[in-house]
Amino acid sequence: MADAPLRADLILEYPFSRTTGPVIGAFLTGLREGVLLGIRRADGTVMVPPAEYEPDTGESLSELVEVGPAGEVVSWTWVDSPRPQSPWDRPHGLALVRLDGADTPMLHGVLVDSPDELATGMRVEVVWSDEREGHIADIAGFVPKEPS
Amino acid sequence: MSAEPDGGAGEVRLPPSLEGVERVQSVRTPIRLEYDYRPSAAAESYLRAYEDRRIIGHRSPVDGAVFIPPRGVDPRHGTATTDEVELPDTGHVGNFCVTHLPIPGRKDLELPYVSAWIHLDGAAVGFLGLVRGCATDEVRIGMRVRAVWKPDDELGATAENILHWEPTGEPDVPVEWAGNRAFLRGQAGLEDGADDEATDA
Repeated sequence: MADAPLRADLILEYPFSRTTGPVIGAFLTGLREGVLLGIRRADGTVMVPPAEYEPDTGESLSELVEVGPAGEVVSWTWVDSPRPQSPWDRPHGLALVRLDGADTPMLHGVLVDSPDELATGMRVEVVWSDEREGHIADIAGFVPKEPS
Repeated sequence: MSAEPDGGAGEVRLPPSLEGVERVQSVRTPIRLEYDYRPSAAAESYLRAYEDRRIIGHRSPVDGAVFIPPRGVDPRHGTATTDEVELPDTGHVGNFCVTHLPIPGRKDLELPYVSAWIHLDGAAVGFLGLVRGCATDEVRIGMRVRAVWKPDDELGATAENILHWEPTGEPDVPVEWAGNRAFLRGQAGLEDGADDEATDA
């Protein structure tokens, strides 16, 4: 009998870390401290997540402002089968959330059990991870916000 | 004020809620790719041969160049190769690198270590291996080496059967004929050992 075809697990892994620069570093500092930050553009609008440079002109930006912790779902999709690399191990939503005080939306997960619980325009609020280190995963996700 | 060399880090203003906290300066961004590796027919045959301590290459039908590991094709011409050639477990160092820094996930590599292109006798190209058995500063281009194999009862269908390569003590291959030039030397009809005068001429 012929031998079974060969196979092997091959894992290619690089433990990179990268420097953040002053603005992304500030954003991540905020996450660690449980504060969401955007950056004010030349026209007075607020961009989240913050960028170091004015998108239109390339000028440096420097004024970080607090946004959230609640916001509005601008667009969303449903992830029924998260891939192994996903931060989430169960079905969840992915949404563009425009935080209160921000003019641009940011992408993150929405922790609900069914796409029936998601709608464009719905209000959501941030859920922080228990252990935070200055990483986007410091945000556990967003959940629907009950009207107060 | 003009831009500072650090990109103006001193100018970035945080809201009062974050005054005085230590700022994040780096972030983890690991990359991980998981493959389910299935060898091609040529690679399968190559790996099986290792079980019997044999090393095989493929001979090109175009000019006889022997490629290792065999890929089933002569990459220079796009011509399929099927002619398996058994190669000896001796050769020379075509090029090498001494590494002094650890690689994450390879704690088994004692520092410093030497990785080298090993050009087997009769092969047109080199393949990677570790050189041990001498001081790192004694490793040189053209140094003759032989394979050090795992014990027979540990052999598997894997190139890891060769633990490393060690010096044979034979005279070096002249640098001008080391590495990929070894094949050209064979093409010129100059075989090992009988041609030192000829190459000097």
